[in-house]
Amino acid sequence: MQENRPLAGLVAHLVLVLGVLIVAFPIWYTFVASTHSLQTILSPPLPLVPGDRFLDNYGEALVGGIGQIGGVGIGRLLFNTAVMATAIAVGKIVISILSAYAIVFFRFPGRMVFFWLIFITLMLPVEVRILPTYKVMVDLGLIDTYTGLTLPLMASATATFLFRQFFLTIPPELVEAARIDGAGPMKFLRDILLPLSKTNIAALFVILFIYGWTQYLWPLLITSDSRMSTIVIALRKMVSFTDADTPWHLVMVVAILAILPPVMVVVLMQRWFVKGLVETEK
Amino acid sequence: MASITLSDVRKVYPGGVEAVRGVSLDIADGEMVVLVGPSGCGKSTLLRMIAGLETISAGTVAIGGRVVNELEPAARDIAMVFQNYALYPHMSVRQNLAYGLKNRGTPAAEIARRIDAAAAILEIAPFLDRRPGQLSGGQRQRVAMGRAIVREPAAFLFDEPLSNLDAKLRVQMRVEIRRLQRSLATTSVYVTHDQLEAMTLADRLVVLNGGRIEQVGTPIELYEKPATSFVAAFIGSPAMNLLPAVRNGEAVTLPGGGKVAAALGPEVATLGIRPEDLVPGRRDDAAFTAELTVAAVELVGAESYVHGTTPEGGELVFRVAGRSAIAPGEGMMVSASAEALHRFGTEGRRLG
Repeated sequence: MQENRPLAGLVAHLVLVLGVLIVAFPIWYTFVASTHSLQTILSPPLPLVPGDRFLDNYGEALVGGIGQIGGVGIGRLLFNTAVMATAIAVGKIVISILSAYAIVFFRFPGRMVFFWLIFITLMLPVEVRILPTYKVMVDLGLIDTYTGLTLPLMASATATFLFRQFFLTIPPELVEAARIDGAGPMKFLRDILLPLSKTNIAALFVILFIYGWTQYLWPLLITSDSRMSTIVIALRKMVSFTDADTPWHLVMVVAILAILPPVMVVVLMQRWFVKGLVETEK
Repeated sequence: MASITLSDVRKVYPGGVEAVRGVSLDIADGEMVVLVGPSGCGKSTLLRMIAGLETISAGTVAIGGRVVNELEPAARDIAMVFQNYALYPHMSVRQNLAYGLKNRGTPAAEIARRIDAAAAILEIAPFLDRRPGQLSGGQRQRVAMGRAIVREPAAFLFDEPLSNLDAKLRVQMRVEIRRLQRSLATTSVYVTHDQLEAMTLADRLVVLNGGRIEQVGTPIELYEKPATSFVAAFIGSPAMNLLPAVRNGEAVTLPGGGKVAAALGPEVATLGIRPEDLVPGRRDDAAFTAELTVAAVELVGAESYVHGTTPEGGELVFRVAGRSAIAPGEGMMVSASAEALHRFGTEGRRLG
């Protein structure tokens, strides 16, 4: 749309600026609070500009270890969460691409049965199957392991479905041309299907990374050792019910640190992400 | 370089639908054979069976004397050009051309040499580093042909390659495909539903109907002596006038013909006359005469097609050179000589 009406432009910008302020202000406030001492935070009003305890607070959180979460450093928790989020995102993508590839491009007995089985699991959210899944993980001795943390979250009907829909848009002649060109199933997957799916993969990676990063219920159940905890759980543990025990300045530091990696993933992959959602290269 | 031999080839789909019902055909080395027919006649299925993209239910396909029924498409030494080009969208033109050769382990120097040669023939050298998405339809079709040429296959298979192009480009590419096929002398099978394309490209024309071959022959043979009323109606534009003959005791009359000479035998079920063989006016030596009311006149430039209806409700089309002065609503007579009459029996077979 190309319009040249200054007033409309002004209103549009006002609305957008207002929206950004509403979204950004709490984050700014969290950042400001993370640079003040506990005393300053607890004695209102909180200043709107950053204080001078930036290095002290961040140093304490990252290196010092925090009592409320078993003395584990934030670095360790960030690492755990990054491993979990990456493993879930990569695992889901690999499994989904392979299963969608099988369902779309191969004729085998029971193809539709498998398709519907995958489809039906769409209707079962994590919460519904969480107790049986927990029991299985306990029996396999996977409590407090990265495998236990990530494996149950990897199978994904949604991602399989997305890739299936994308694969169905690939013209059958392209598959036939590849067959005539001597590309077997693996070569076709590697040389043609994966390059064509790369924008979809990037978009899905961003979504799934954030999904993995913000997992709460499952990590809470499967980890009891604080050294295997994730940042989201730690954040929750730090906030105590008696206000006086809560190191608010460190809570704010952890909150900021928990936000940063997903934001970085989105920023770095933004170009691919938008492409994957908008463009279909034919 | 190879001949292609089809022996009683059949295709039955799992649902029991018979798409190809026993086709036998010998295609000589270097020959260009065009498979033509209406939608659903089995021409594409037949081509895809030669290519190895469809399984063969019965019969054998041999390329260069070697039965290829059980071979993968890549092992059949053929190259195919698709209607929608089927170029790999994420690869440059050069990579598109090289892909098949690379998969066969052709040395890089040889690949480069063949690509340069093909690019020169097809005049696609300036676009070698572009993606297919940045090319026009005609350029994409050239690249698709380039991909077939670099393979240096035993046979080219064309699956309606010009259907996605606009009319002008289609004529130009048609001439070019013909020239290319002649100079490379590679055995080619070309599928089309466009009878004009079929007529101009073919060394031999195969008309298919309902999964069976109606007639095989040079384009001019099929035009002059169609073996069945189906071929007669399919080849030629505008289509041949086909008038059903009604048996009336010993005599045979046509609902469309005012007068038919005695040459018409009693076994004739259909009489065919090409639009260009109908001449306006009454002539005493004519074997066929009809009275018409002009319904419409189509002016196509160098000639005009006049559509008329007979008093009995039959429809006839005839051709007039140049611009015609005939106006809709006019009544007139048309006639045709005895040589111009095509007679078909009850089964649609040609008589005499």
